[in-house]
Amino acid sequence: MVETQFRFRTDEPVADPAVTAESFGEQTNAAAVRLESGDDARVLLPFLDRVRLVEVNFPSFGDGRGYSAARILREAGYAGELRAVGAVFVDQLGHLRRCGFDSFAPEHALDAIDAENAFNRWPDVYQATTDGRQPIWAKRHGTAESA
Amino acid sequence: MYKYDSYDQEMVDTRVEEFRDQTRRRIDGTLAEEQFRPLRLQNGLYLQLHAYMLRVAVPYGTLSSAQMRMLGDIADKYDRGYGHFTTRQNIQYNWIKLEDAPDILADLATVEMHAIQTSGNCIRNISSDQYAGAAADELIDPRPYAELLRQWSSFHPEFLHLPRKFKIAVIASKTDRAAMRLHDIGIEIVKNPNPENGAGEIGCAFYVGGGMGRTPMIAPLINPFVPLDQLITYAEACLRVYNRYGRRDNKYKARIKILVHELGKEEYTRQVDEEFAHLLTQGIEPPIAELERIIPFFADPPFEAGAADTVDLSDPDFALWVKNNTAAHKQPGYAIATISLKPVAGIPGDASGDQIRLMADLAKQYAFDELRVTHAQNIVLPHVRKADLYTLWQQLDAADLGTANLDTIGDIIACPGLDYCSLANARSIPVAQKIAARFAAQDRLDTIGELKLKISGCINACGHHHAGHIGILGVDRKGVENYQLSLGGSEGADTSLGQITGPGFSEDGVVDAVERATDVYLAKREDGERFLDTYRRIGMAPFKEAIYAPKLTNGEVANG
Repeated sequence: MVETQFRFRTDEPVADPAVTAESFGEQTNAAAVRLESGDDARVLLPFLDRVRLVEVNFPSFGDGRGYSAARILREAGYAGELRAVGAVFVDQLGHLRRCGFDSFAPEHALDAIDAENAFNRWPDVYQATTDGRQPIWAKRHGTAESA
Repeated sequence: MYKYDSYDQEMVDTRVEEFRDQTRRRIDGTLAEEQFRPLRLQNGLYLQLHAYMLRVAVPYGTLSSAQMRMLGDIADKYDRGYGHFTTRQNIQYNWIKLEDAPDILADLATVEMHAIQTSGNCIRNISSDQYAGAAADELIDPRPYAELLRQWSSFHPEFLHLPRKFKIAVIASKTDRAAMRLHDIGIEIVKNPNPENGAGEIGCAFYVGGGMGRTPMIAPLINPFVPLDQLITYAEACLRVYNRYGRRDNKYKARIKILVHELGKEEYTRQVDEEFAHLLTQGIEPPIAELERIIPFFADPPFEAGAADTVDLSDPDFALWVKNNTAAHKQPGYAIATISLKPVAGIPGDASGDQIRLMADLAKQYAFDELRVTHAQNIVLPHVRKADLYTLWQQLDAADLGTANLDTIGDIIACPGLDYCSLANARSIPVAQKIAARFAAQDRLDTIGELKLKISGCINACGHHHAGHIGILGVDRKGVENYQLSLGGSEGADTSLGQITGPGFSEDGVVDAVERATDVYLAKREDGERFLDTYRRIGMAPFKEAIYAPKLTNGEVANG
């Protein structure tokens, strides 16, 4: 298994191996699940009380389905670890983080300084997501930040 | 015009730094070309046949004279003294060095411009009506809504790796000048049609799933009225369904039009509605105060009340330009003037650095400092006092910018084609030049009247050939360039897709075929009919018969 290179959580990582989304419903003792890019993240919503780790696999740089999967889980209130695995590169990190990922296991380890720059690149953002950052429109109008 | 605040400026400056860093990593080898490619594309940088090409965004086609001047300076400083205005109301430079690209972006940022998302599989530059804010026939200026969408779509973290590129147009006039229904999302600002529920209130009609390319489709209406305070949320729902379910197995089937077509309009709409209902609970919509902040930037300029509404047309060349290249303005005493970038021997959409700076100066002097780029690759001065038209025209004419051929067969849309583009199968520019030369006589242009001819050098259809009254598609036929002709396309309120006439032609053959088609029109037209009207009335058969009839004067008709 590829190592987690960046993690923005303080809780103990889940040691259990991740099971497929398909089998997760039946494996009632499983706490870690892996979503492939074609999987519907919403199949996990009934089980959010026992999920502690969701790995979302990126088969290629250009396959953007995992960004939607992450937001869907966070919008449904999932608070466990959300890990981007596979074809994860420096220039995606900031956007993945905005969509709710809080750990990263790139298949090829990334340069630590480049990665830090990428995580901290954007001082402000135009859109509201569940990452808690105030979008520019909220700062302009003093609106309370979104959920 | 919209002005950046410190946040907007910071976003663009940050992007320049990000791209400078990416370019550094590419040049030092940390980034492989394969990884760099999608990154540079999202900054509008293509690797073409001879050099890098940089496409600069002109949001909703609107420019100030300072911005236009910068575009001219970039042409001289970093390119070979030319810029090429595109069918997405942008400008591109064809001879760029990779190491210069970050400096160009930095220069652009000083005049509130950028190249963000002008390429790549993301939401592209938002286009709009080039007469917005000036047209006599619009409901309201559509650009504030386009600006709201520009900000929402810039660096949207969820939608930077869509199945394919994504184009949005916003209009507010029934006379559609932006080919709205040939976009992935076409938004028309409308009054609420429902008398039960707030009739007359302003909102958005959403058309989703149009496009050109290999499989041209006209977008169906999926929601006749989205309230303004839900516009962003609804757009986000449309995009999320596409990002999750758009096809990624075949790039020719990856546009949203294929998803909408395969699911059916009803099922796609149902999925969007479901996602929309969920997203409404997420607080992602900017407050209406944000729209109210943007709207005043697009307020009318200080028009002179009681400006003379008549024009002295005693100079016949000027009279012709006024007839062909000006349009009705909402303000009495003013006109909308279009500068044709289609002189007979020129390259459609090209302008030199000097010409670009001259247009900037003229905009400052005569048009309240504003210019527009049209999707037909011309430049508009949106607010010109009728009393100034003659002086304006004289200065344009002296710089080879006074061609009076707007919307005629000389006003050809053409993609860069095989002369520049690495995707092209055939050249477009020489075909455009030969057709323009064949029909160069002004009386001939005037006799034929409105005829929109559009040329693409490959099936990606950047030259919009499907929407041409006459469309030409260049293909590669066993190593030889071959041109297919289609008739009857239109991009206006009566959008239709052209039908192929039959077997293709050689370069000279297609010029002859175009001439034969216009001959049929001239012989068969009834009072007041345009080429398109005659075609729609009499159908393909008479055209086909004439186009493929063997003719002794030249033997260019290919046998397909």
